[in-house]
Amino acid sequence: MVTNKFDYIRAESVDDAITLMVKHGMDAKLLAGGHSLIPAMKLRLNAPGILIDIRKIQELRYIKKDGNKLVIGAGATHHDVATSELAHQTYSMLPEAADLIGDQQVRNMGTIGGSLAHADPAADWPGVMIAAGASVHLKGPDGERSVPAEDFFTGFYMTDLQENELLTAISIPLPPEGTRSSYQKFMQPASRFAIVGAAAAVTVKGGKIERVKVGINGLADAAFAAGNIEKALVGKEPTEANIDAAVESTGADAMVMADHFASEEYRLHLAKVYAKRALMAATQ
Amino acid sequence: MTNYIGKAVKRVEDKRFLTGKGRYTDDIVLPGMLYAYIVRSPYAHAKINNIDTSRAENMDGVVKIYTGKDIAESGINGIPTGWQVNFKNGDTMKEPPHPLLVADKARYMGDGVAVVIAESREEARDAADEIDIDWEELPAVANAKKATEDGAPLVHDEAPNNKCFDWELGNPKEEVDKAMKQAHHITTLEFTNQRVIPNAMETRAAIGQYEEATGKYTLYTTSQNPHLTRLLLCAFVLGIPEHRVRVVAPDVGGGFGSKIFHYAEEALMIWCSERLKRPVKWTSDRSEAFMTDAHGRDHISKAEMGFDKEGNVLALRVKTHANLGAYLSTFAPCVPTWLHGTLLQGLYVTPKINVDVTGVFTNTVMVDAYRGAGRPEATYLLERLMDTAALEMDMDPAELRLKNFIPPFDGVEQPGYQTQVALQYDSGNYHAVLKRALEMVGYEKFRKEQAQARKEGKLLGIGFSTYIEACGIAPSAVVGALGARAGLYEVGQVRVQPTGKVSVFTGAHSHGQGHETTFAQVVADRLGIPLDDVEIIHGDSDSVAFGMGTYGSRSLAVGGSAIVKSLDKIIEKGAKIAAHKLEAAEEDLEFAEGKWTVKGTDKSIAFGDVALTAYVPHDYPEGVEPGMDFSSFYDPANFTYPYGAHVAIVEVDKDTGYTKLKRFIAVDDVGNVINPMIVDGQIHGGLAQGIGQALFEGAMYDEDAQLINGSYMDYTMPRADDLPSFEIDRTVTPCPHNPLGVKGAGEAGCIGSTPAVVNAVMDALRPFGIKKDLEMPLTPERVWRHMQG
Amino acid sequence: MPTKITMTVNGQSVTKDVDARTLLVHFLRDNLQLTGTHVGCDTSNCGACTILVDGHAVKSCTMLAVQADGSEVTTIEGLSQNGEMHPLQEGFREEHGLQCGFCTPGMIMAAVDLLDRNPDPSEQEIREGLEGNFCRCTGYHNIVRSIQYAAKKINEPKKAVAS
Repeated sequence: MVTNKFDYIRAESVDDAITLMVKHGMDAKLLAGGHSLIPAMKLRLNAPGILIDIRKIQELRYIKKDGNKLVIGAGATHHDVATSELAHQTYSMLPEAADLIGDQQVRNMGTIGGSLAHADPAADWPGVMIAAGASVHLKGPDGERSVPAEDFFTGFYMTDLQENELLTAISIPLPPEGTRSSYQKFMQPASRFAIVGAAAAVTVKGGKIERVKVGINGLADAAFAAGNIEKALVGKEPTEANIDAAVESTGADAMVMADHFASEEYRLHLAKVYAKRALMAATQ
Repeated sequence: MTNYIGKAVKRVEDKRFLTGKGRYTDDIVLPGMLYAYIVRSPYAHAKINNIDTSRAENMDGVVKIYTGKDIAESGINGIPTGWQVNFKNGDTMKEPPHPLLVADKARYMGDGVAVVIAESREEARDAADEIDIDWEELPAVANAKKATEDGAPLVHDEAPNNKCFDWELGNPKEEVDKAMKQAHHITTLEFTNQRVIPNAMETRAAIGQYEEATGKYTLYTTSQNPHLTRLLLCAFVLGIPEHRVRVVAPDVGGGFGSKIFHYAEEALMIWCSERLKRPVKWTSDRSEAFMTDAHGRDHISKAEMGFDKEGNVLALRVKTHANLGAYLSTFAPCVPTWLHGTLLQGLYVTPKINVDVTGVFTNTVMVDAYRGAGRPEATYLLERLMDTAALEMDMDPAELRLKNFIPPFDGVEQPGYQTQVALQYDSGNYHAVLKRALEMVGYEKFRKEQAQARKEGKLLGIGFSTYIEACGIAPSAVVGALGARAGLYEVGQVRVQPTGKVSVFTGAHSHGQGHETTFAQVVADRLGIPLDDVEIIHGDSDSVAFGMGTYGSRSLAVGGSAIVKSLDKIIEKGAKIAAHKLEAAEEDLEFAEGKWTVKGTDKSIAFGDVALTAYVPHDYPEGVEPGMDFSSFYDPANFTYPYGAHVAIVEVDKDTGYTKLKRFIAVDDVGNVINPMIVDGQIHGGLAQGIGQALFEGAMYDEDAQLINGSYMDYTMPRADDLPSFEIDRTVTPCPHNPLGVKGAGEAGCIGSTPAVVNAVMDALRPFGIKKDLEMPLTPERVWRHMQG
Repeated sequence: MPTKITMTVNGQSVTKDVDARTLLVHFLRDNLQLTGTHVGCDTSNCGACTILVDGHAVKSCTMLAVQADGSEVTTIEGLSQNGEMHPLQEGFREEHGLQCGFCTPGMIMAAVDLLDRNPDPSEQEIREGLEGNFCRCTGYHNIVRSIQYAAKKINEPKKAVAS
C-alpha cells in the first residue's frame, strides 16, 4: 500500500507536459486519472521517479463536435463519455462501453486517454475505438500526428506512442446515416475487465449491410479489427444466419490469450459469441 | 415500553459507524508508536541460507529489524493449537512448532521471515525491500491428497506423509460396508470442497504496547475473542503474566472465523514492543491478508450413499482428506473432524454412517474455521448426494428428502434425537422448513415453467439443500473429551449501577452481529427497564472478567444465557430487598414491568429504587450483601441445532456457461428470535458467502503451491449485482436446553446455500445428461465445458 | 520532498505539507484524523475508501493527496448537516444496511454519488451502481433497501412540491 518515493510535478498545459517529459526522460511518467498507474505503484510493480500530473489540464478535458468529427479530449473521464449526449448521438456504443469500465468511482477518475495509452489488452476502449474508425492524436516535441486506432495498439501494453509523446485526443468520424453500434462485454468476474469485448458499428442501407466495423479486445495481446467478419458481412442482409456465419472467423488469425479465467479455446468461443451479440444488438 | 424480545429494534451501535466514528484497530494511534512491516516468503517452500539486513538497518527511520533467528534465540514458544485429534492407533497428533518468524525454512508463501520496525509505515516498507535473503527453493505441495502420497515434499520432517492425524467416527466400517452391499442403489461422488478465503473487509491489525514503568502489556487486535487470545499469548507463546496483559478487540470489521485464531503477528507485536519500549503497530495489506489469514474448507472427499428400492437411505460412507495448511491454527484439527464428521447424519434417518478423515499438512496458508466451519462441508456432501441420487433414481429431490427426514421431536415431550455420529439433536421439525420453502418457491408451477423454458432452449434449474448445524459450542466436558484444550462456556456479568442503569459485560465479541442491541434487548426486557438504560461492554479483557468469544453461532445461546443467569441472580437479590422495603414476604411478590409488586395489591417498588437501596443500604434486609453485581459462567448442556431448507433457482447461459442466480429462498429455524431484523441480516450475509463459494470464490494454487489469485483483481468476491434479493422465512422450534430458547443464526445462511446453488446448476444442465464432476466454483468456463461433454 | 497542499475538507480549509507519495486516504486518516474512511484493499476494488472529491465519488486509496490540492473533499464525517443524519445514514440505520460497519462509510459515499446521478433508481440500478463497493456482511440485501429508503426520503419533499 506504499509506493516507492517519487517527485511530483503538475503540468499546466500540454506543451508544459511535453517539456517536462523531455526534461526528465525515462524516469518520468504521466499521471492522468492514475487508475492503472497508482495501483501498480502501490504494489511496487511500477516505480517511476517522477510523476507529471496532467489531470487538471483543462485543454485536455472536452467532448465536442468538430466538423464531421466527434473529438474527445484525452482528459475526458469515462464518466464524461458515459454521460455525453454528443457521444451517444455519434455511437451509442461509446457511452455503453464507458459505463462498463470499472465502477463509478473508477469512471469518475479514469480517463479515456489514459486507458488508450496504457493499452491493457483487456481494456474496453481499444475495441470500441477500432469499431468507430477513430484516430488517436499524439503530440510530442516534434509536433503532432494522428494514428488510426487500428494501428495504434501494437502489443501487450504496447502502442505506437513514441518517447515524450502525449496522447491528446481521439477523433471519431461521424457515422453515415443508418449506422447503429453496440459494445458487448464478457467480464472477468473479479476485476471486471473484459475477458472478451466486442464492439460493432454497422451501417445498413436498403436492407443490406453497407459498412461494418468490429473491434475485439481481450482476446489477443492487443485489440484488433475483425477484418474477416467485416468482409463476410458487407453486402449481406443483417440476418442472424449471416451473422452466425460471419463470426465463425472471429480471431482466426489472433494469438489468443489464456489465463485462469478463460482458456484459449473458451476465450475464442466467447469472442464469437460476443461478436455475434454486438452485431445482433447493432442490427436487430 | 419495556417489552423488547422479538422486536426489530434498530441497532444502538449504528450511530458511530454511520458517522465515521467507529474505532477499529488501525484507527488507533498511540504516542511514540512505531510501525512494523513483515517480510514474507515469496516461495511456498524454501530454505533460508542467509538473511542480510545490514543495508536495510541503515535506512532512514529504521529502528530495528528482527529475524526468525532473533525469535528462536529469545527462547519463546510458537503459536499453539487449541485442539488435539490423535491418530486412530492412539499415536499423538503431529504438532510441529509454528514460530512467530521462521529461521530455517519457509513452509508457505507468506510465512514471516523478518520484521522491520520504523518510525513510519513508509520507512518500514522501504527498508523491507533492502533486505537480502538467500533462498533455496524446495519442491512444494498444495493438494492434500497428493501430499499424503509417498515421495511428496515433506512440510515438516516429523510428519511422515504429511499426516497430522487420522480419525474415524460413526458405526464400525464393516457394518457400513455390509449395509452398502445390501443397497439397491449407491450414489457416489468424488469432489473437492474448495478452499475459500474469508475476506473480512477490515484486514487484520495488531498494536503491541509494553509499558516499562508498570510492567503492563496491552494488545489491540482484530480479534473475535480477546480473552482466548490473551490466554494463548500468555500461557503458551510468550510466558508473560496474564494479570498484567490487557487485550482489547475494539470495533472489528467482520471476522467470519478468520479472526478467532491467535496469529503470530499478535504475539510478535508484543514481543517487539517489550524490546523497544514503544508501541508497535502492524496492519495487514489486503495482498498480505490473502496469503496469511487462515483460509476455510479445502476437503477432498469421496462419499457414497446407499439406498433401498424405495429410496430410503441405508448407509453413508465418507473418506475425506482435509488440508490443514503448513501449521496448525487454533481450531484446525477440530474443523474437519468434530465439526464435520458429526454432522453427517444431516436431517436423515441414515442407520449406518462411517466417516474417515485424514488431516494433512501442505505448503499453504493455515486452514481453519470459516463461517460454518466443517458443517458447510458436511452439508455440501450430503445435499449433493441427495440431489444426485434423486436424479439417478428418477425421484423428485424434495420428495426424496421428505421421505428420509427424521420425524419431528421437540426435545421436551419427545427426547432428543441420537445420531450415529455422536450428537444428540435438541429439537426439530425438519419437514416443516422444506414444505414452507416449497410453498414459497411455487414448486409445481416452477417445474412447469422449467419444462416450457427447456423447450425454448433455456436452461432453468432448481436446487435444494436442507441442513442442520451444531452451534452454541458448547459443553466444556464434552468438547474436552473430544480434544479441546479449553472450556467453551461463556461469561456474563450484570452490574446494576446505583441509579438503576445497567452495565453488562460479556465475553462474547461483536464484529457485526449487533450484540450491543440484541443483548441489551434481553436485559431490558427481563428487568423491565428502558433499552437506553442498558450498556453492553465487550472486547476488553480489563473490563470483562473472562470470555471465550464469538464463533460457531454461540454468542446468544451461550453468552446470552450467561447474562440471563446473572439477571436471575439480580432479580432474586432484588426480591429480597424489595420484600424488606415493602414489608412483605418474598413469595408474595411478583416482578414485572420493572417493579416488584405485592400480589393482589398496588404496593410496589421500582427496580431503580431497589438498586439505590442496594448501594445505600441504610434500611436493608439482614444478611444480604450490599450492591448488585453478578457474574455468571454458563456452560451449556448440549450444542444447539439450527436447521433449514434452502432453494435456489438459476438460469445458465447456454452460449457462455454463465450462471445467473435468479431467486434464492431460505427457510431457517434458529429457535427463538430476539431481534428479527438482526437475524434476517445474519441470514442474508451467510447466504451471500455460501453463494459466493458455489459460484465465484476459490483459492487457486499452482504447481509450486503459489497462491495465484491473491487479490481482488483475481479472487471473485460477490458484488451487489451478482445477487438477487433474498426471500426468507422462519419456523420457530425453541431450543429446549437454554433459557432463551435460541439456537444461533450466524452460520445458517452460509451452510445451506452452497449446495442449493450447485444443485440448481446441475438441474439446469439436466438436458445435457447426468454428470457429476462439476467442481466449485461453477465458473462460466467449467459450466460451458460441462455442456460440451 | 514535501509539497504544500491546500484543500477544503468537510467545509474546512486545510493546508499541510505532504510527501508526494502520500495517498489521499492516508492523508485523511493520518494527518486529519478522519479515520471514518477505511482501507480495505490495495487494488482499488473494494471501495471502503470512497469519498467525494469535487462532488464525485472516488477511491481515496487510488488518488495522491497532492492530486487533491485545490479540491473540495467530503468524507463520511462531513455528511451530517447540523447534527441531522443524511437520509442515507438514516436509511442504513432504519433498514439495517450495516453490520460490522467497515464498508459502510465507503458504501454510503458511493450511494451519495449514485443518488446524485439517479435520484430514483430501480433495484437493479442500485445493485449495478454499487459495483465498486464490497460488503462481506449484509449480502447487500439491506443495503439496497437502505438506499431505496434514502431515495424515497429525498424525493418525497420534491414530489410534494410538484403535486
